[in-house]
Amino acid sequence: MNLINWFRYASPQSFYPLAGRMIPLFWILALLFGAAGLWVSFFVAPTDAQQGEGYRIIFVHVPASWMSMVIYLAMAFWAGLGLALNTRLSSMMAQALAPTGALMAALSLITGAFWGKPMWGTWWVWDARLTSELILFFLYVGFIALQSAIDDPRRADKAGAILALIGVVNVPIIYFSVKWWNTLHQGSSINLTRAPSMAQTMLLGMLLMALAFWMYSIAVSLLRLRAIMLERERHSEWVKHALE
Amino acid sequence: MKPRHQRIALILGGVAAVGVAAFFVLRALNSNIALYVTPTDVLAGKSPAGQAFRMGGMVKGGSVKREGMTTRFILTDTAKDIPVAYVGILPDLFREGKGAVVQGRLEKNGEFIASEVLAKHDENYMPPEARHAIEQAQGKQAGKLQGVK
Repeated sequence: MNLINWFRYASPQSFYPLAGRMIPLFWILALLFGAAGLWVSFFVAPTDAQQGEGYRIIFVHVPASWMSMVIYLAMAFWAGLGLALNTRLSSMMAQALAPTGALMAALSLITGAFWGKPMWGTWWVWDARLTSELILFFLYVGFIALQSAIDDPRRADKAGAILALIGVVNVPIIYFSVKWWNTLHQGSSINLTRAPSMAQTMLLGMLLMALAFWMYSIAVSLLRLRAIMLERERHSEWVKHALE
Repeated sequence: MKPRHQRIALILGGVAAVGVAAFFVLRALNSNIALYVTPTDVLAGKSPAGQAFRMGGMVKGGSVKREGMTTRFILTDTAKDIPVAYVGILPDLFREGKGAVVQGRLEKNGEFIASEVLAKHDENYMPPEARHAIEQAQGKQAGKLQGVK
């Protein structure tokens, strides 16, 4: 019984109106979490003992880096599902997620460079963490380029899915790079096995910002997904009805 | 087996194969991926001779001396020490008892002439009061415990 419901929303026709109803909800949540997160990050969180005010860039840097990895996993999952099951919607999902993922990876690299110059003394260093994140950015850009280079959407989906699935090996490398090799980038302040090495209010600000980034990413990806659905199914009956 | 199941198996197998390949490639390149070597590695002769390389460790407490534009300090991994000389501006987070990565050459007299000094930050973020409390509790040891990897 449960399965029937899932398959119902696996068709663009029935997911299109549902996505339309969900988008405003995610925008509102993004705004709320974003406002609360910025307020905590700028006015509540204390100055860092070592870095002064400059550390506040982590409130954008860390959520952006997390999202760049999470979105890649989601993108590869949907692309793989589309490849395996030939479902139209999954491949559209993957296509809709890619630009937001690329944006997050770029944000992570740029904010990291801004932090690195005053703190480390360099904009960029070829250590394992920075290099693997740059590769992630290239994977996103490559996925987008490959998909747009092939005219037939079904073939474009297949080629993109293979690229996305091969690139998935990079995500654990990014995450564990600071453990496996000696890098200039510090280890993670937050992980599952021990208490975070961060003051409570700083952590709160970062988690609120992370939630805001999640909500923004979902909202903007659904928006893009709706546009992709209309474009790809433009010859079908339901699109004509939906646009009336 | 339905074709659908075959494709799922193929995809999972493919991803696993790529993972194994990446594992072996990264293992083979292990020493090239590491950003720096430690003073112990250098004294054991694991650094490239006559070439520039990066060395990472902790700036030994009380070892920083400034003579004009030249800064001299000792880089340690708590087991072995190497003296470093550097001419130029140091990054904000360069502190005694904290991590640093230096790039340059090891001279015949055992001194490392750095062309670049980078500060390595640790994963701890705390307000000044908390830092103060920790330093009080640990005495002057606070610096020594941090930044060691």
